[in-house]
Amino acid sequence: MSEPHPHPDHLWRNPEPKRSYDVVIVGGGGHGLATAYYLAKNHGITNVAVLERGWLAGGNMARNTTVIRSNYLWDESAAIYEYSLKLWEGLSAELDYDLLFSQRGVLGLVHSRHQIHEARRRISANQLNGIDAEWLTPEEVKAFCPIVNIAPDVRYPVMGATLQRRGGIAKHDYVAWAFARKADSMGVDLIQNCEVTGFDLDGERVIGVHTNRGLIAAGKVALCAAGHSSLLAAMAGLELPIQSYPLQALVSELLEPVLNCVVLSNDIHIYVSQAHKGELVMGAGMDAYNSYAQRGSPHVIEYQVGAALQLFPIFSRVHVLRTWAGIVDVTPDASPIMGLTPIDNLFLNCGWGTGGFKATPAAGSVYAHTIANGRPHPLNAPFTLERFTSGALIDEHGAAAVVH
Amino acid sequence: MAQPPSCTSVLIPCPWCGDREEVEFRYGGPVPDGYPPDPEAVDDETWARYLFFRPNIKGHLSERWVHTAGCRRWFTVVRDTMTHEITPP
Repeated sequence: MSEPHPHPDHLWRNPEPKRSYDVVIVGGGGHGLATAYYLAKNHGITNVAVLERGWLAGGNMARNTTVIRSNYLWDESAAIYEYSLKLWEGLSAELDYDLLFSQRGVLGLVHSRHQIHEARRRISANQLNGIDAEWLTPEEVKAFCPIVNIAPDVRYPVMGATLQRRGGIAKHDYVAWAFARKADSMGVDLIQNCEVTGFDLDGERVIGVHTNRGLIAAGKVALCAAGHSSLLAAMAGLELPIQSYPLQALVSELLEPVLNCVVLSNDIHIYVSQAHKGELVMGAGMDAYNSYAQRGSPHVIEYQVGAALQLFPIFSRVHVLRTWAGIVDVTPDASPIMGLTPIDNLFLNCGWGTGGFKATPAAGSVYAHTIANGRPHPLNAPFTLERFTSGALIDEHGAAAVVH
Repeated sequence: MAQPPSCTSVLIPCPWCGDREEVEFRYGGPVPDGYPPDPEAVDDETWARYLFFRPNIKGHLSERWVHTAGCRRWFTVVRDTMTHEITPP
């Protein structure tokens, strides 16, 4: 029997950096690769390099729990995340790569009367923004996801749930590889093991980046470095209202299909789904302290697993295979920062915190627009750095899956 | 640099109670700039910096902790954000 999809040896070239590019993207994760793809595809800008310190998509793109949804509270967030979800719905076909995008539904469990009010308000806001959102009673939760324990005599009883049926998961590596392959095929140079060590500034204008592989001149420089954004921006003399924390996750051994949807619980800091291969993928709450160690404290995992067992008693004998942490860049209002900076030709995309994966296609698309045109796309126009001075915050603490 | 064990709980040195496990504490974040002495006089830029901007360095970070499950007192430690190692005061 022949292989249905023969796997090529290489999905992209591994070029040496050129002396100069029209656009240099710093950070070869999901957002950086998507940005390169949309720069080439939507704007015809192909003299582009993506510089990655390690290997492509080896940071948070390799560490997230792949949840995709768009049920955010405020209009600004709803617009960009729903745009992202719509892009996801056509992305496998567009990139000619099966991303294992599965719209299996995202349940957001509610455990207190206060949360019921908050959740129902968010459902109404979602519906006004044209986003599918439903309220489920505990019995309806049980019908939708039969292994959830809805007994009332637990520490955090299930009092209902929000449901976004169009939400789901995708295979994170395939997403990165698909964007990388397409960007590469349109002429973008994907340069790994290339660490940016400084910026070449001409007054208030950036004209290149210093790297461990030499100076690379750039017409425009686009930062896309997630948890390390503060460090990178500091090299250009720019301070960001960001704190970096470890966010931990784990996978179980491989199981038969047992969990048919994504389950989030804001109150007890857990989100869980079952990947196509069969492992349970669980995310925890953030660790309390600033860190760049990509490692968190074990009590966070212990608490998360305890909560998971109360919700899913059926998991009591499942073995944890592996735990890890990524470094997430959290802003004061739990919304991203995307747009221009006080330095000419230097662009900023960061602050996605715990939720950047779901935004990958939208972030790439509107960031590419911002870079190509030198001004924000309407969808990222509210997400400026200046909002922390003007006070026009976009407070999404309630809709983030992880308490910030 | 010695690689720390892969699974460590952070021990926080409370100046009054001694080394205790992290779960007894709440984190107060990096030591901020002081409260503006004359808050009515500062412009939006300065106020924004006071409210939203904190150090986020890789390396030795001065930060606030409170011993919530112990003496409930606040104190400052210097911790390496790459290794989680705390420098003795």
